[in-house]
Amino acid sequence: MKPTQIFAILFAALMATCPFFLNAYWTDVMNNVGIYAILALSLNVILGHAGLFHMGHAAFYAIGAYLTAILNTQYGVPVLWLILPAGLMAGFFALIVARPIIHLRGDYLLIVTIGIVEIVRIALINNVFDITGGANGIYGISRPMLFGFKIAKPFHFYYLIWSFAALTIFLLIRLEHSRFGRALHYIKEDEVAAGGCGINIARYKLEAFVIGAVWAGMCGTIYASKMTIIAPESFSFDESVILFTIVILGGAGSIPGVILGSFLLVGLPEVFRGFAEYRMLIFGAAMMAMMIFRNRGLLPPRPKRYKLGEIASAGGAK
Amino acid sequence: MEQFFQQLTNGLAVGGIYALIALGYTMVYGVLKLINFAHGDLFSIGAYLGLTLLLSMGLFDKIGALASVLLLVVMVMVLVAIIGALLERVAYKPLRQSHRLTAVVSALGASIFFQNAIMAIYGPGLLVYPHDLLPRIAVNIFGVDIPLMRIVMFLASVVLMAALYFFIQKTKIGTAIRAVAIDQGAARLMGINVDRVIMLVFCIGPALGGSAGLMVGLYYGQINFNMGWMYGLKAFTAAILGGIGNIPGAMLGGLLLGVIEAMGAAYISIAWKDALSFGVLILILIARPTGLLGERVAEKV
Repeated sequence: MKPTQIFAILFAALMATCPFFLNAYWTDVMNNVGIYAILALSLNVILGHAGLFHMGHAAFYAIGAYLTAILNTQYGVPVLWLILPAGLMAGFFALIVARPIIHLRGDYLLIVTIGIVEIVRIALINNVFDITGGANGIYGISRPMLFGFKIAKPFHFYYLIWSFAALTIFLLIRLEHSRFGRALHYIKEDEVAAGGCGINIARYKLEAFVIGAVWAGMCGTIYASKMTIIAPESFSFDESVILFTIVILGGAGSIPGVILGSFLLVGLPEVFRGFAEYRMLIFGAAMMAMMIFRNRGLLPPRPKRYKLGEIASAGGAK
Repeated sequence: MEQFFQQLTNGLAVGGIYALIALGYTMVYGVLKLINFAHGDLFSIGAYLGLTLLLSMGLFDKIGALASVLLLVVMVMVLVAIIGALLERVAYKPLRQSHRLTAVVSALGASIFFQNAIMAIYGPGLLVYPHDLLPRIAVNIFGVDIPLMRIVMFLASVVLMAALYFFIQKTKIGTAIRAVAIDQGAARLMGINVDRVIMLVFCIGPALGGSAGLMVGLYYGQINFNMGWMYGLKAFTAAILGGIGNIPGAMLGGLLLGVIEAMGAAYISIAWKDALSFGVLILILIARPTGLLGERVAEKV
């Protein structure tokens, strides 16, 4: 077995058992890490794989969370049933807003996505359509029920969140190695050459955007059910910046890197709660230092390797 | 009609502030192709330094209102310019050759750093400028009472912008800045010290932004450690609106955005004011991605 596989198995085993050693507080911290990990992984499809500078991910996350909250509190739909509709809604929104802007060059896209996340937040604060509850948000979202079992304690949520995270990781690894993933990789490395090879750049970029948004929307459902109360301030621009930073610091395009990034950015500040006042100060300085000394992230994606035999046989088949 | 005129002058005054900040974004973008996310926070630093200087030196009692405001503006500009140059040296210079995204993240880090440094030094609450420093006179123009400060603020931003424009267009150093913005390699071959030009850009931009911060403090009276985010974002919007990398564009975009926002707040809804400016931004980028006056860099958008 390769060292990375051994490490992955050890990590999975540790994650599966760790809530038995942790108290409720730290389990909850781990839950937050999990939610951010899922969100950052979904952003990674857009930012890491497709190379689109997207700093408005909190908008999609917010749409998922609000759809869940509204349907749950107004119509009493069970929370877990709403995972799929929340994802689809966020994806649909992403499709509409991204369609006209997807061709924009890097920095322009960055600033437009910032605009979108701000508009969504302002719309939520202004109680658009009279259903978002204004600045106070929506409270009283019910707990998820799974086969008659009520998920309420951090301990239970831990397994809900991290199994969803595990599913996410599995699917994203599959995606990375699919035809779709390879096309995105090519687009990221050289857009013009990819277009020249017949890859429909706009379509692939849009698909990556929508996939990321669907996943963020589903994560919104989990967040809403965990918190039972959501407010516009949870989906601010700062949140998008944190997600963006997790992906870049961890290593854009690298799944292990993004997971490590979420542990560092969400978990580590909890460890240094004692220095609460200076922790963001240090965090900012660390971001600058990271970019100067290790600018591809902590665990950059490794170049793809193909076995020589496979290539030869694939070539021979033609 | 009176309301329209009031909102117009108000929009122009705020727009002048946006334009001053936008100049910093657009100049940095022009020479480095970098969105300097920390620029908004340099603007806040200007506001805070201005307050500190104001309170510690007691200028207003000694030399009168006008002279002390002028002196304050100069001091704040110099101090913020030094901070801007330091920022460039520490956070951006080592990244000159690397991927664009890397520098953007470094800029975000710098922004978080500055914001929290201000909070650590001055505390998280609102700070208030002494409100009896400047005379609250209204001037009657065409039968409408306009606060004098509004006019002064607008004129001050126009004077600063005009000075910058002539500096960039007419002087030798300004020519060097324009040359570096067009082609760094060629500029270096022509004997221009590119590093020094970039350093200079990082002095001028923050100096203008810092002076805008001081003006906001004097005009609105209260400052907040994270006000740089919103002003910065709006100013960046203004820079894109006018065409990023283009100095007259930033001025036009700033004034236009200020007026659009003031009109929107008055005639549509004040709660949607911020959403309106971002909506304008998105529409502009979809319809005319290079902004109103166009980016003067031939590049595929």
